[in-house]
Amino acid sequence: MKAKVYVTLKPSVLDPQGKAIQHSVELLGFDRVADVRQGKYFEIALEDTVAAEEAHTAVTRIAAEVLSNPVIEDYRVEFEA
Amino acid sequence: MKFGVIVFPGSNCDHDAYHVISKHVGQPVDFIWHRDTDLSTYDAVIIPGGFSYGDYLRAGALARFSPVMNSVKKFAQSGRLVLGICNGFQILCEAGLLPGALIRNRDLHFICEHIFARVETADTAFTNELARGSVLRVPIAHAEGNYVCDDLTLAELKRENRIVFRYCEQNGEITDNANPNGSRDNIAGICNRERNVLGLMPHPERACEDLLGSSDGRDIFRSLAATVAAAA
Repeated sequence: MKAKVYVTLKPSVLDPQGKAIQHSVELLGFDRVADVRQGKYFEIALEDTVAAEEAHTAVTRIAAEVLSNPVIEDYRVEFEA
Repeated sequence: MKFGVIVFPGSNCDHDAYHVISKHVGQPVDFIWHRDTDLSTYDAVIIPGGFSYGDYLRAGALARFSPVMNSVKKFAQSGRLVLGICNGFQILCEAGLLPGALIRNRDLHFICEHIFARVETADTAFTNELARGSVLRVPIAHAEGNYVCDDLTLAELKRENRIVFRYCEQNGEITDNANPNGSRDNIAGICNRERNVLGLMPHPERACEDLLGSSDGRDIFRSLAATVAAAA
């Protein structure tokens, strides 16, 4: 079982890195980019012996308690068989 | 009276803190490796600055899982004193011992300079030898010192008088210009509700000798020692 975890800053948190990237994108010649937000992406491979339900519970906990900080970030988990 | 300085892989202000406690406070001090868990002989522990675990994932995020941190939580719950400086502040926020988080500086740069910080309350274990409103000249050195918290948390910090240091001008005025990193409300340091855990981004341990450009940080360590002495 493989899982993908996306961690993004909460909409209320300013993202200075995203702003800097947006500025560079504008310098590249695209001047109609409304916003850029930077996030993090994780690929987690679980051992084959882990059942689907257990995997969901584990990865959700990993995402909530390690990969993201609930004060500033949201997370989203995707599973693939 | 005994102090401990916690050492994570990547801590780099541990020796500065040790030096200040042994030389300027004049008290016994040990380094505590992050895998150790016995804090029973200490009155106060310092979580020093640096780049624990290389700042991987988020500054302070991985250090919070080190074995010593469970002991630090219990240590704090028992009323003993915990001082987190810079990366130590980040670790205390990640560990949930202090509210809020420290994110990338507003202007993205790593900032290394002397700033002015105003003492907002003398009613903590770390500032009782200081006067409220006094201005300290102390260095900062960080890329993630931009303090963020939600409106409810900010209101609570204000109501409970838990904002301990704010970035200010030399004359003590709180301005946007004096805010080096974009921190909410110019916050440079906060304490917990019980007032025995303090986190701050400036480095008072680097400002304890005139030779280093400022000795304004000494009063923080003198306060700490006075609190421990009074409790003994």
